[in-house]
Amino acid sequence: MNLVFDALLALALLVSAWRALSTPEPDRAVVLFILFGLLLSLAWARLSAPDIALAEAAIGAGLTGALLLDALRGGKGGR
Amino acid sequence: MKALPRLAIHLFLLALAAALILAVLDLPQPAVDLPAAVAANLGKSGVEHPVTAVLLNFRGYDTLLEVAVLLIALLGVVSVAKPVHGEEEKDEGKDEANPVLQTLARLLAPVLVIAAGYLLWAGGHRPGGAFQAAALLAGAVVLLRLAGLLPAWPRPRGVLRLGLVAGLFVFLGVALLGQGALLAYPPDLAGGLILLIEAGLTISLGLILAGLFLAFAANREAP
Repeated sequence: MNLVFDALLALALLVSAWRALSTPEPDRAVVLFILFGLLLSLAWARLSAPDIALAEAAIGAGLTGALLLDALRGGKGGR
Repeated sequence: MKALPRLAIHLFLLALAAALILAVLDLPQPAVDLPAAVAANLGKSGVEHPVTAVLLNFRGYDTLLEVAVLLIALLGVVSVAKPVHGEEEKDEGKDEANPVLQTLARLLAPVLVIAAGYLLWAGGHRPGGAFQAAALLAGAVVLLRLAGLLPAWPRPRGVLRLGLVAGLFVFLGVALLGQGALLAYPPDLAGGLILLIEAGLTISLGLILAGLFLAFAANREAP
């Protein structure tokens, strides 16, 4: 059961990373990046590193995601 | 015409990935058994959680320099963010049309502060610590900013400046007060000193991480 979950998680990580890089729309790329960060923090938790999972969820997904969304909005407003 | 170079790049990347995977599978055994060394000295560190012991005691240098790097990064961001003249009031009231977001932010901010305090305290004996607590504080500040309840920080001054550097200076002060060597805490005071450093770091890192967002948030309104 755990193995199935881990395999799905690894697959979802790869797919979301690939989609975030390959999608032509910046909005979608940012949302996929946040999704990738959340999945990555799950992966850290599964690797029994809750410290890193917490930091990844808060900084990697949350703060960086907010910064990217802000940059997106700023870029559109400036153009 | 373009298909051939593309294929070559893909093949090269596949080969690189294969080489990296093989290299990871073939990693040699570490020469020093660090987990055992940490576990053996945990009693002297003043905290019960090995990660906190490594970050704040055994490898305190790394953490001290990390905090300095983050502060310098924020200084860089602040120095390139353009000051906005007379637009702060307008900027502040921009998102006031969203009462749901504002109410949510008002409700969540105190919870996040409490959670940050818990993580800070928990760092001594279970997963948690200053960085995670600071990230939660920063999240609370960014949320308040996004809801339009906080003004941007194009130019931090006064109390804010003090808060930004306090963590680093508390850390440096404790490091310099150590017996003989830098960052050598007296063993019987180590727990209290680590908590003091972590409390300072939580506030400063929270403000620094939030500042990375709030310094630029002002830039958007600039013409």
